[in-house]
Formats: sequence, C-alpha cells, structure tokens
Amino acid sequence: MIANAIRQSARAGRRLLSIRLTYKTQRYLFIYLMLALPLLYFIGTRLVPIVYSFNISVREWDVLSPDKPYVGLANFKGLFADEVFRKSIGNTFLFVAVGVPGQLAAGLAVALLLQSVTRFRGFFRTVYFIPYVTSIVAVSWVFRWLLMPNGWVNAALLKLGLDAQLFLQSPHQAPYVIALSMIWQSVGFQMLIFITGLQGIPNVYYEAAHIDGAGPWRRFRHITIPLLNPVILFSAVIAGISYLQAFAQIVSMTQDGGPLNSTRTLVFHIYKLAFKSFEMGSASAATVVLFVLILAFTLLQLKVLNRKVEY
Amino acid sequence: MSRVAADQARRGSIGRGMSAAIRYALLLAGVWITLFPFVWMVTSSLKLPQHLFDPGLIPSPATLGNYADIFAKAPFGRWIANTAAVAAITTASVLVFDTAVGYVLAKFSFAGKKIIFLFIISTLMVPTEMLIIPWYLLASQLHLADTYAGLLLPGLITAFGIFLMKQFMESLPSELLDAARIDGLSEWRIFAHIAVPLVKPAIVTLAILSFISGWNQFIWPFIVLQTETKYTLPVGMVYFSSELKDNSGWIQIMAGATVSVIPLILVFLVFQKRILQGIALTGMK
Repeated sequence: MIANAIRQSARAGRRLLSIRLTYKTQRYLFIYLMLALPLLYFIGTRLVPIVYSFNISVREWDVLSPDKPYVGLANFKGLFADEVFRKSIGNTFLFVAVGVPGQLAAGLAVALLLQSVTRFRGFFRTVYFIPYVTSIVAVSWVFRWLLMPNGWVNAALLKLGLDAQLFLQSPHQAPYVIALSMIWQSVGFQMLIFITGLQGIPNVYYEAAHIDGAGPWRRFRHITIPLLNPVILFSAVIAGISYLQAFAQIVSMTQDGGPLNSTRTLVFHIYKLAFKSFEMGSASAATVVLFVLILAFTLLQLKVLNRKVEY
Repeated sequence: MSRVAADQARRGSIGRGMSAAIRYALLLAGVWITLFPFVWMVTSSLKLPQHLFDPGLIPSPATLGNYADIFAKAPFGRWIANTAAVAAITTASVLVFDTAVGYVLAKFSFAGKKIIFLFIISTLMVPTEMLIIPWYLLASQLHLADTYAGLLLPGLITAFGIFLMKQFMESLPSELLDAARIDGLSEWRIFAHIAVPLVKPAIVTLAILSFISGWNQFIWPFIVLQTETKYTLPVGMVYFSSELKDNSGWIQIMAGATVSVIPLILVFLVFQKRILQGIALTGMK
C-alpha cells in the first residue's frame, strides 16, 4: 500500500518535472524568439555603425578613394584647431543651457496651472500639445516669416512704439530665437509628462501637509518637487539630447548656420563636413566628440539630479 | 478628508493667492502664443500675392490660388503620399517589435536580461545624427540610397518604444499571467490575448507617437533621398522654400507649410483623447 503510494507520488513528481522542463524550454524559446530579431537589428543599425564611426574617425577618407589611411588623432587635432568647430560646440552648449531649463520650467508651469483650474482642462491640454505634432521644418519657416525684418513681429513692435529687431539676422539674437522656437514646440509634450507625474503623487501627502499647516510654496517645494524628481530627471535627459540634436531648425531658419556661424551646431557642422566637403574622417571624429558630449552630459545629469532624490 | 478638500489642498500648491481669473488669463495667453503662428500661417496662405505684407489677420479677398500654385510648382501630392506611407509602415513595425520586446523585458526573468535592456536603452543616447554617416555609407553599399527601403531601415524598431512598453507591461499583474499558464495557455497566446489587450492605451499612444515622428522625421530622409518625387514633406519643404524665399514666394511657402502641418494636426485632434488619456493613464498607477 505504502510502496504503491510512494511509487505513485514518484511518478507524479517525475511528470511534474517533465512538465516543468518542457514549460521551461517553451518559455525560453518564446523569450529568445521575441528578442532575437530586435537584438540583431540594434546591433546592425546602432552598435556596428558606432564602432564604424570610431574606426573612420582615426582615418583619412574622402568616400571615393579605396583606401583609408590611419592618421591617429590628426582628425581630432584638426577639429579643435578649427575655430568654426569650437564655435559650433559653444553654440550647441548654448542651446542645451537655454533649452532644457526653459522647456522644463515652461512645461511645469503649464502643468501646474492646468491642475489648478477645473474647467476646459481638456481643451487647454489639447491646444498646448499641437505644436509638438507639427513638422519642425514647416514651423521653422513660419517663424522665419513672422520674424523677418519687415515681418509681423516687427510690425507689432513698431506699433507698440518699440524698435524693430533683427532676430534671425543678428548673431546675438538668432541662437536664442531658435532655442525659443524649440521650447515653443516641446512645451506641450513636457506639460503632458509633468501632468502624468503630478497625478502619480498620492493625495495623502498633500492632505497631511495641509493639516500640518504647510503653505502652497512649501507643499510645492517639499512634496511636488522631490516626488517629481524622477520625472524631472527623465525629462532633462530626453530634452538635453533633443537640444544637442538641433539640425532641422538650422537648415530651415538660417540655412547655413549663420549669421557669422552663430547658429551652427555640432550636428550641422558634421553634416557640412560629411555631405558637403566629403571629409568623412573629420566628420566621424566630430561624431565621436558628439558621442562623448552626450555621454558625459547624461552621466552628469544622472549624478546631479539623483543626489537630490535622496531626501 | 473628502476628495474636494484634497483637490483644494493639491490645487493650493501653486498659489492660493492667484485668483481663478488670473489663471485662466495666463492659460489663454499661452493658447494665443501656441496657436498664433498656425493662424498666421493659414491666413497668410489665403492671401493674394500682392497682399504679402498686409498685417491684417483676415485675408480679403481670400483665395485658394496659392494652393493650386504650389501643387503645380512641386509634386506636393506625391510628397504627401510618400510621407503618409513612410509614417504608416514605420508605425506598424514599431508596434509589433517594441510591444514584444517590452513585454519580454518586463515580465520574464532570464539570463542576460539586464544587459540586453541596458544595451537597448543605451542606444537611446545615440542620436540619429551620429549614425547618419555610417548609415549613408551602408545604404550606398547595399544600393539602398535614394530608396524607401533605405529610408525605412533605421526606424523599424525603437528603443524609446521598447522603454515605454516595458513601463506599461510592468503594471500587468503577474498573477494573471501565471493563472493563464496554469490553465495551459501557450506563452504566445498569453502575450497576444491577455497582455496586449490590457495595454491597449499604451499601444495607441505608441502608435500615434510613432506616426507623428515618422511623418516629421527630417535628417535621415534629407540625406538618403535624392530624387525630387521621392521626397517626404519636410524634405520637400526645405528645397521648395529655399528656392522661393527670395522672390517673394512667402505666401506659397505658407501654403506649403499648411499642407505639411494640417493633416497631422487633424490626425492628432481626432485621436487626441486617446493619446492624452493613454499618457495620463500611466501616471495613475
């Protein structure tokens, strides 16, 4: 009787084991089938090209010639000796320095304002989001038209008794105009991300603070901001990368990165080197510089903003 | 505490002193800043060429002649069709692959998962702009330059979408999936019939975001396409506008901008509830 029971349970155990095994294989088969193609894809379209760029960055190559002689760091030295390249890096930093705080502040302001009203929220959200879905090129041309020396904005300024401005034709104003147009286009997206984040903050915190007598500013400073920090971090990184990438705006609004190279960004410089002068070595070297900048920028932000989370 | 009071406490967080009227005034000012460029674009495009610098908002008389002009001057019809096709194909591919990868990374534990996720996410830090040179050389080598295959290739799977889908998929209760496993459903059916329907809002959000970015993408089409009839709208707009800007073709440029912007605004307005809800839903968990 007992022996029988043992035998039976042993058989059941074996069956269970075999089920688990096939289940396990099925599971792994599923996992790797789902992942195989995407992984190969990312290796082929992202990893290999980056490695390739690094390789070309230490060679001299004009696309046409069959050989690509190794030149060491000559391309990098050449780039940093070039005043225009240094200028383009400065401009790129300017876009990030103006754009990221501008976009985050404007997005947060709109999100908080929207949370503070009861009616037409849906309408406002929809309207603010519209610029985000529109083509940068088309929008840039509209801004260019509005900001022409004899355009609508200057007509309005004159009517108000103010001086007309050069805007895109002034080397001092053009980079800010472009950064502002980028902020204008992304406020809606930023607002949405912040609304999502604000909704994720449990009401009990506000209730508790309210009962403890914390005023609006303290609630904002000590509840909203710290609890929103992961969202702010995510947004700052994403926004930073998008400002480092400014290109379509430049091609449309100033065409050649002018005036006086004041709007020539790193990406625009890379484009000129690679597709106008066919200096693939130097262009790839500039690409590597961009890569390092983005990496450093991301790590720095992760570090700085992460520290604040530890309350 | 009642919901009303809680709402008040939360609302107070931006300043109790600010009256509702001021808040609405600020929001309306924002609406004006947001919409004015579009209004000016559309009304300008309806003006007669000789009224180019007329500062009035309402065109009198209004004309559709500029639209007839631009369709005659450049293959705008082709550009619209090209752009729509590119955006649609990109979106379809992104939905299939990003959802699958997001699901596997969110709901399974297996060897190498962390590394795979980090690898995919780190490609997010690599902007398109950095890859265009190798992509272009690769496309030339494979005879894909100036083709749609070449244009589509880099955007078929996105790290952003995978990240987004993983976030959503993580909120699915594992008990539910395990229950389905005990009931004997295959992994494939659990994915297709349980996981996917449950994250439908996220999928809709991803679909619309992909369509928008597919429609508006610029630098890669700008590099890889050379034949005028193959252009997408943003690429076409750059060449079209650069040619016209000097001989007072601004009214036609505004017509072109309207054509490239309005279809997408309409798509957005039709689906806006779903996209805005879809994004908002993530924050509620």
